Amino acid sequence: MLLIRCPYCEEERPELEFRHAGEAHVVRSSDMAEISDEAFEQFFFIRSNPKGIVFERWRHLHGCARFFNAARDTVSDRFLATYKAGEPKPDVSKFAADAGPAAYANVPPAELNDREGGAKQ
Amino acid sequence: MPTQIDVSNTSPRRTSSAKQNVPADPSHKGQDKALRRTGPLDGRIAVPGGLSLTVLPPASRLSLRAPAGSVADLSAALGMDLPRSPKTSASDGKGRFALWLGPDEWLVVDEAGGDLVAACRAVQALHSAVDISHRNVGLLVSGQGAANAVNAGCPQDLSLQAFPVGACSRTVLGKIEMVLYRPSADSFRIECWRSFADYAHAFLAEAIADASA
Ligand SMILES: [Zn+2]
Repeated sequence: MLLIRCPYCEEERPELEFRHAGEAHVVRSSDMAEISDEAFEQFFFIRSNPKGIVFERWRHLHGCARFFNAARDTVSDRFLATYKAGEPKPDVSKFAADAGPAAYANVPPAELNDREGGAKQ
Repeated sequence: MPTQIDVSNTSPRRTSSAKQNVPADPSHKGQDKALRRTGPLDGRIAVPGGLSLTVLPPASRLSLRAPAGSVADLSAALGMDLPRSPKTSASDGKGRFALWLGPDEWLVVDEAGGDLVAACRAVQALHSAVDISHRNVGLLVSGQGAANAVNAGCPQDLSLQAFPVGACSRTVLGKIEMVLYRPSADSFRIECWRSFADYAHAFLAEAIADASA
């Protein structure tokens, strides 16, 4: 069984207590009526669906019942980090060594080889 | 057949008599026959091997939600310090206990049937206190190896290191949700919703038979 760390319960808990809740960090416009159709489509329908690291909302439904965020590798199904709702995205490069080549699928092509965040090769 | 309702009493069920009011007494004693409270699992027992499964008597229960700033006032009103750490509980030693369910959520139980909503009524600090006494059914699995029986349907680590005496958690039992509380090393209190009580009892009766075997 997959163990998922709940940032509110502060420990690893069995996956049966959790529920997936879609992509994280999708920002809702403060003025929904004014945004263009294209911008609304982006917000409402378009999800990143990468092969590699995704940022997702999860809910500890049968535990503390709180929503939180997780960085997960869609190739290995491994949870790389979980953090409380409202906290910023963790730095993806932090997980690179753990996540293998697939982790870089989430990075813009120009930065693909920029492992150390330094000059491009 | 203890759940049978006495139909010989032909008097109207509701009268203005104070005697007809549902008493605060959580036990079944002293109630008018026509208004006798019937629990969903009345009369059931299951005691195979060294483990026992007990249907606990009715109790007062409160679903309490409050921000951190209200906890001190609510603690004073309820007569015990509400737990602030995950998976911990507090007890007043007189049958009233509070279980941490989430960062701002507690399940408060009073086995003596005290009015928990009334206890919180005077608190001015922001909070939500909802009486859920009748929503839950309490079951007790006790005896050596009780953790094994509960683990038949609960995926959490119930070793004493991970789930010590006094620990509590909302979690799952087979296909249902429950609140689990460990009042002693060899006993677990299971709180589940009333409509799931039949399933919980059947599941645990089988589990203690397996764990005792
Ligand atoms: Zn949690």
